[in-house]
Amino acid sequence: MTRSRTRKLLSSAFVGCCALSVLVALVPLAFVLFFVISEGVQALNWDFFTKMPKPVGETGGGMANAIVGTLLVTGLGSLFAIPIGVLSGVYMSEYAGTRLASVVRFSADTLNGVPSIVIGVFVYGIAVLPFKQFSALAGGLALGIMMIPIIARTTEELLLLVPGTMREGALALGATRARAVFSVVLPAALPGIITGVVLALARIAGETAPLLFTAFSNRFFTTNLNQPIATLTVMIYTYAVSPYKDWHRQAWAGALVLVMIVLICSLLARFSTRRIEGLQSGG
Amino acid sequence: MVERREGRMGRRRMTDVGFRLSTGAFAGLLVLIVAAIGFELTRQSMLSIEKFGLSFWRTEVWDPVAGQFGALPFIWGTLYSSVLALVISTPIALGIAVFISELSPNWLRQPLVFLTELLAGIPSIVYGLWGIFVLVPAVRAVETSMPPMLRQLPIFSGPPLGVGMLAAGVILAIMVIPFTSSVAREVLKSVPAAQREGAYALGATRFEAIRAALFFARTGIVGAIMLGFGRALGETMAVTMVIGNNPKMSASLYAPQYTMAAVLANEFTEADTELYLNALIEIGLVLFVITLVVNSLSRILIWSMARSGKGPTVVPIEPAEEAA
Repeated sequence: MTRSRTRKLLSSAFVGCCALSVLVALVPLAFVLFFVISEGVQALNWDFFTKMPKPVGETGGGMANAIVGTLLVTGLGSLFAIPIGVLSGVYMSEYAGTRLASVVRFSADTLNGVPSIVIGVFVYGIAVLPFKQFSALAGGLALGIMMIPIIARTTEELLLLVPGTMREGALALGATRARAVFSVVLPAALPGIITGVVLALARIAGETAPLLFTAFSNRFFTTNLNQPIATLTVMIYTYAVSPYKDWHRQAWAGALVLVMIVLICSLLARFSTRRIEGLQSGG
Repeated sequence: MVERREGRMGRRRMTDVGFRLSTGAFAGLLVLIVAAIGFELTRQSMLSIEKFGLSFWRTEVWDPVAGQFGALPFIWGTLYSSVLALVISTPIALGIAVFISELSPNWLRQPLVFLTELLAGIPSIVYGLWGIFVLVPAVRAVETSMPPMLRQLPIFSGPPLGVGMLAAGVILAIMVIPFTSSVAREVLKSVPAAQREGAYALGATRFEAIRAALFFARTGIVGAIMLGFGRALGETMAVTMVIGNNPKMSASLYAPQYTMAAVLANEFTEADTELYLNALIEIGLVLFVITLVVNSLSRILIWSMARSGKGPTVVPIEPAEEAA
């Protein structure tokens, strides 16, 4: 009798501990979001988006150059990563059983696990050192390398989800494999692939480490891809570790903008996964 | 059987081969990038590898001005902070995984998954900013209020600065939790329902049934924890901002220390000599190799679990949730 009571007690204690750990994990989330929103909202204003950074000592100004820089560098990254990522994904799903496919899959997972700072060091070696010049291009390359494995793996998984009958139907009508993939399978999986790209963007837009010594930073406005360029994340870093109150304020504003970008991207991605799942069960 | 002579068929085969080659080329590019990272990092750090050899990893002195480069403090700091993060995060992450996959009411499951994903989605730099202005003062308060008796212990020695190993471990733990818990959740999902049902049939309590499932999934769970460890090893910004960046080995949680990733972030653009730069790149190379090994091991564990989970030994009585 007592034994069964202790067992039940232990069981309830265990269930309680699990529930507690969920709460424990949600506390920092709530704290981070609370501070980012409360500090960020106070600091965020129109100037933040439209004005250039002011020299040290003067209050006010914004991060217009860094916002444009982040857009440019992530755009460059996607330009480079989307074709490689999507086509490797196509290869992995179309030739799933081949040896190369498993090697590619393993490489993608490996690349996904490589610390972002190491990617930065690598790109420094191949795209900064030879030209003796930090550049937006190098920053884009670093971010692109980080996006590739995410896009490749999502594409692969989503292509495998497309019902085999669709592909077989196309092949039965006499389509070549390329035709079947590009006109039937890929369009069916497109919403999912876009989700993958958006998720990759959400992750990349917040990256700082790979940009520190590739895109570097710049106090001025530039869209020259061969020049160092400011990005939101690197700017937040510089401002956060600086001793100036006004810079701290702006760092919080930048953090709020970043978190909003990430949140919007993941909500968008969620919405389109819902749609593709709906498609699946409907078809 | 195949009519090779027929022109149309030949052309079809040609486009099929072309398709395979062209997509294969892009896929090969992905493999090439990984190989190139290893190759480039080695090539660029040759100077330091040749000059210091293995003593690079045994030397405690890091003095760029004197041209003395020893990476031991960074290895120590990386391992210390990651293990600390693991110790803090593992029970919490497993608790979350069990709660979401086994205990949570259905309506709560999706929101909880979304919230943990959000925890993973917050950029490192934002955690760092929060770390500097919120976490570090909080850690300092905790450190100051530690009873003097405990302060005698080596792990609590030194002045309570706030910045240091403890803050780094806590922030890493927060960042690692969503990774470990989501993989552990997947692993638990692959445990056949019959495992739990069998336990219940034998009169097990909820805890005992879940323990049986966890035991069944142990390989995958270890894999999930290692995957979190791999993340912690390479995490840069948040750690750099709270660990104090001091290349001195110490056992104390209070002491400001340094990690491999942090020294790269801080000193890379300041490296004014070829040797200094090479030494830093060598640190990057080793970080690359360590994370590669840890991640590969964890994936092998998770894969082997996934395979054994689908094994034919236990046939589920009822198909799991998907049917509903």
